[in-house]
Amino acid sequence: MTDATLHGGHAAPRSLLATDARTRRRKAAETRFRLYGLTAVGLGLVALVFLMWSILGNGMGAFRQTYFEIPVELSEATLDKSGTRDPAVMKKVTTVGYGKILQKALEAELAARNIDTGTMKAKDVMGLLSKEAPADLRNMVLADPALVGQTITFEAFATSRVDGYFKGRVTMESAARDSNISPEQLAVAQKMADAGLITTQFNLGFLSMPDASELRPEAAGLGVAILGSAYMMFIVLLLALPIGVATSIYLEELAPKNKWTDMIEVNIANLAAVPSIVYGILALALFINFMGLPQSAPIVGGLVLTLMTLPTIIIATRAALKAVPPSIRDAALGVGASKMQAIFHHVLPLAMPGILTGTILGLARALGESAPLLLIGMVAFVKDFPAAPPEGLMQPATALPVQVYQWTQRSDPAFVERASGAIIVLLAFLLIMNAVAIILRRRFERRW
Amino acid sequence: MSAMKLTASVIAIAAVSATAAMARDNLQVAGSSTVLPYATIVAEAFGENFDFPTPVVEGGGSGAGRKKLCEGVGENTIDIANSSSRIKQSDIDLCKTNGVEEIMEVRFGYDGIVFASDIAGPDFALTPADVFGALGATVAKDGALVANAAKTWADVNATLPAQDILAFIPGTKHGTREVFDVKLLEEGCKATGAYDLFLAASTGADDDAKKEEAVDNCLKVRTDGASVDIDGDYTETLSRIAANKNAVGVFGLSFYQNNTDKLKVATIDGIVPTTETIAAGDYPVSRPLFFYVKKAHIGVIPGLKEYIEFFVSDDMAGPDGPLAAYGLVSDPELAATQAAVAAETPMAPLK
Repeated sequence: MTDATLHGGHAAPRSLLATDARTRRRKAAETRFRLYGLTAVGLGLVALVFLMWSILGNGMGAFRQTYFEIPVELSEATLDKSGTRDPAVMKKVTTVGYGKILQKALEAELAARNIDTGTMKAKDVMGLLSKEAPADLRNMVLADPALVGQTITFEAFATSRVDGYFKGRVTMESAARDSNISPEQLAVAQKMADAGLITTQFNLGFLSMPDASELRPEAAGLGVAILGSAYMMFIVLLLALPIGVATSIYLEELAPKNKWTDMIEVNIANLAAVPSIVYGILALALFINFMGLPQSAPIVGGLVLTLMTLPTIIIATRAALKAVPPSIRDAALGVGASKMQAIFHHVLPLAMPGILTGTILGLARALGESAPLLLIGMVAFVKDFPAAPPEGLMQPATALPVQVYQWTQRSDPAFVERASGAIIVLLAFLLIMNAVAIILRRRFERRW
Repeated sequence: MSAMKLTASVIAIAAVSATAAMARDNLQVAGSSTVLPYATIVAEAFGENFDFPTPVVEGGGSGAGRKKLCEGVGENTIDIANSSSRIKQSDIDLCKTNGVEEIMEVRFGYDGIVFASDIAGPDFALTPADVFGALGATVAKDGALVANAAKTWADVNATLPAQDILAFIPGTKHGTREVFDVKLLEEGCKATGAYDLFLAASTGADDDAKKEEAVDNCLKVRTDGASVDIDGDYTETLSRIAANKNAVGVFGLSFYQNNTDKLKVATIDGIVPTTETIAAGDYPVSRPLFFYVKKAHIGVIPGLKEYIEFFVSDDMAGPDGPLAAYGLVSDPELAATQAAVAAETPMAPLK
């Protein structure tokens, strides 16, 4: 600048008060750059809002569920002919038998309330109830045989179309074209709602019940998936945290700097970027085919996710250890602590917030991962809950993201609502985990 | 460090219980995504009404399922492979190599394949010739083979709506594509005379090679964007149609029946696809559905025999059963299948 003015000699004198063309250009460039940034942020926000709007709009319905409340007479003649109230004997009555009892109860209630079903056949009236209802009733009676002989108020799931009607997803017009429900059936359902036989409640079952087949989307829940994910996270935490921290401490504090440690470092950084499906292939070959662990089991899923999370945790832990100033180590060593004492008494506690944050973020990534589970048989229809650990770790289960993937593939439109609902649950878990990570960092992090 | 000790003991426990928990008490089923919904319906009812745990049912595709079945015998291999197409000799050979000697083939019903378009759009009455004329890469025109230049359906057949040709057909990895190829493209190719022209122009060594080349040419679809392969599921085809009201898509009958409020089905040769017209054999585009059972696992994995018997029972696969309610065309020869399952008859070699 100075040189140019000196040698050029012909530059006009500039005023600090009046802006010249060049300053204006520079200012304009800066304004433009700010605008680019704002546009980028704006685009991101619009995408986020659109995502949330579509997921919440589709999925909030999954948390409410329409029920029929009907008095059901559990007659001894059909359910327990022997009169012994022995569940082993009563098991012989299948869901078909319970279906008939429900049908009778529903018809009786409709007649008692003077609700005209018109030309509808008995099968169509029964079609308002979920196919899950007889199974529910059967489980209830088998769990408490004393109910036989009494008349109880039974809450039966409404079928997904009736449920959709009360949530606004199904209309009379769409029902006219729908082969699974008719406008007459909806009209009867409306009359029943007017008579107070139908209630819409918070759907706790969505969080606690297992998956259901395509014939009964109203009964599908996330129970097995949440439990499976919890088991896997438990395994990941138990294995990845100690192994990751030990590795980091060795590499960061104890290992000599040579070719080998350099190579290990590069490999760890590379592993963090390997696509997760690759870990799935490894797990299939190593854990299932070679070690003989069972398919679809959370233990295998947990081990794969551990492998996948390890590099993330190691990198985060090493960064946290590096951030502890050398003066802390020097001071500890200076007053006579051994290297191990210096690490475990001084460095590690100070690095803990960073390590925990990294671990939680790694866990959050593992929680949302479905690709590696594809190859080890966890993307499956699993109806039975796994038992409590440790046996439960060997029994089939699914995971939250897997459940989303499966529901989006199903033909019944009610599963779209369920899938979006499952996404909301998954997002809520991720938000909680990330919030915990932020709180830990804010509260315990120290700056030097 | 106590954390280290804890980890070490957890790994040890895991290793010990891994060997202890080898005995598997639930069935493992994998394969075709077309059969998947039927299998889950049966599995659910099975778990409800029997004292066995609910079978675990995976998707993954017919070919992948059969390959998994043939991985060997033992508790770490699956028991049943669902398949929407018949097993291939290569699968059987693979099975033999891995020690899976006897397989039971169970055909439990039929599945229709339908063309459907947006509910608000015009009606389509298609024939295989129309489908080939609209989607084939090279078609016959005035006795000569020309590249397909039809823009609208009316260009192909004047009775069809004057709507741009845009079809979403299943990708080549789907079992459905095979049926689409054989029952629509190949038939249409023969009906329009293009097959004979391909045969005449063929350069194969002998008659068989010539025929093969002609059929291959028949199955080539347009690549100018009028025909789009969908590698995902029917839900993807449905959302593509929702976004593109002019399009026609290929679906399974059961999928269409669950979405009749959004889709309008096309007739083929004047026949409306329903479970009845398919069972009667009037509707031309259908295929059998199978599952394959590893016989060596019967009596070893608890509940396997009961599950397959329950699957083909009248209560499930019969015309009034829940599978038919979902869209399965029940097999008129179900009684023979039930007898074969009861007798545990292994499948005969492929012809």
